[in-house]
Amino acid sequence: MAVKTRRYSARDVTILVIGLGVAIAVNVSVIWGPTLASIGLSGTGWNGIGPIEWIGGQNYHDLAAEYPPFWSAVRNNVLWLGFLGLVATPFGLFCAVLLDRRLRMSRFYQSALYMPVVLSLAVVGFIAQLVYSSDYGVLNAVTGLNVDWLGDRAINIWVVMIAAGWRHVGYVMIIYLAGLKAVDPALKEAAAIDGANERQAFFRVVFPTLRPVNVIVLVITVIEALRAFDIVYAINKGRNGLELLSVLVTENIVGEASRIGFGSAIAVILLVISMGFIVAYLSQMFREER
Amino acid sequence: MTLTAPAAAPPAQTRRPPVRRPVRPLRVLLHVFLTLVALGWLLPLVLAVYASLRPYEETARLGYVSLPEHLTLDYYAQAWTQAELPRYYLNTLIIVLPAVVVTLLLASFTAFAIARLRIPGRRTLLIVFTAGNLLPPQVLITPLYTLYTMVPLPSWLSDSQSLYDSYLGLILVHVAFQFGFCVFVMANFMRTIPEEINEAALVDGAGVWKRYWRLTLPLCRPVLAALSTLQFTWMYNDFLWALVLMSSGDKLPVTSALNNLRGQFFTDYNLLAAGSMLVALPTLIVFQLLHKQFVAGLTLGATKG
Repeated sequence: MAVKTRRYSARDVTILVIGLGVAIAVNVSVIWGPTLASIGLSGTGWNGIGPIEWIGGQNYHDLAAEYPPFWSAVRNNVLWLGFLGLVATPFGLFCAVLLDRRLRMSRFYQSALYMPVVLSLAVVGFIAQLVYSSDYGVLNAVTGLNVDWLGDRAINIWVVMIAAGWRHVGYVMIIYLAGLKAVDPALKEAAAIDGANERQAFFRVVFPTLRPVNVIVLVITVIEALRAFDIVYAINKGRNGLELLSVLVTENIVGEASRIGFGSAIAVILLVISMGFIVAYLSQMFREER
Repeated sequence: MTLTAPAAAPPAQTRRPPVRRPVRPLRVLLHVFLTLVALGWLLPLVLAVYASLRPYEETARLGYVSLPEHLTLDYYAQAWTQAELPRYYLNTLIIVLPAVVVTLLLASFTAFAIARLRIPGRRTLLIVFTAGNLLPPQVLITPLYTLYTMVPLPSWLSDSQSLYDSYLGLILVHVAFQFGFCVFVMANFMRTIPEEINEAALVDGAGVWKRYWRLTLPLCRPVLAALSTLQFTWMYNDFLWALVLMSSGDKLPVTSALNNLRGQFFTDYNLLAAGSMLVALPTLIVFQLLHKQFVAGLTLGATKG
């Protein structure tokens, strides 16, 4: 404290209080306040106007028992996570490993892979329609099939996940590529001298050193899977087999029926899942920094 | 929607020659594979461009995979004028430019306070800010929407007279949501600036503002460039916030407007393809011109030495 009083003049303190005050005020009023409010409102049957009435866990019960889109949304979100995590992310890593060597045209390969990353997910949704549309889509034209890729409840979620993966692979690839570039080349050389082949060198030596990057990629993958919204909304507003938790939340405010309490209950479920990963990530991140 | 680990410069090492000569056939295979993947990745975009250049009547007759009889820019002209795209671009600029500037200013000052000053509770602050950035927007969107409808604004600031359906509301939500990520990245970067610079300024009697504005910020130019490229792209691409927090169609930013205009102006797929390309164009241009900053922004310190 003695040090502080000497270091900071009254003017310094004013500037700090204003600067940090604005930052904290914005953060609390737009992010954390509403987040906590979601938890509170999820126990009410509020419809946006009129008195707020506490109904306890009723919303959660209705959600699980009397709202069929909920379970199909849960299923789709789990599929989405599984697809990004088990297909798109490993493929991104694989491409990064292939590109992490001096190759001619490496720049071209990289650019092509991460071009979709700069596109808005809504635009990705529109492009998906060109490819998958049942009457004019390219896929049907090329394969000669007559499948309603986006309209058939049994398959449309898979097709949309491929479009999402198209963008996710590039994202993961850039991050891994940067991680791989930072790995000390001497490590790989040492492994090679010890007689390890490339695969052994990667899995036994390089991959373990990528742990921090792996954690980041895992969190990005989970968060992206929970946030998924734009693509399905651009395609069919997230109905008919494309339900997602995020869509259900939005439906309850954008649509005619404004069921604030009910929508908040879905939001709380999203919050609980995402907080699990966020806490795990941050504790890993800040533990090393002491 | 992004996060990265603390920044650390990769070890500057001179590349040594490879231990073994690579086997030739494998190299060829590698190139074949990568070329196929790259072309596959570009295909949907190429297709969208191709479709946008052909009359709908023609693709309807021959399918998208066919040789063109006519190539025309008509659809672009149509999207540009009939759907009044320039107006929506302008809306985007009104929202995104101030949002990027304010986010970076606020975040850089906060990062400076957290990383360079011994303010109490700085670690907690950093954790709370970073965690906030990772939340899915839907977690807080319902109460936020309600809150926005209840906050009154004078009519010279917002013709809806509330934060809901106003440019200011969208700017605010972008600033708040992207703030955490920027603080996190910049705080990590500022930690790598040698402490001696700060000490020297202290001896000279420089105040907090001077040390932030004149001393630290100029050293952060590379991060600021990377972050502004990235933030421009994220905010430009936003779809959800405008969808929920705006109601007047004529105030929508261009990405959300595209969806709104579908059915009304974008009556067929080829016109929609042209519209999509026009909407995607600014981000693709930014990506081409500021390629390095974009990648740097995404990977800022994704590597931990």
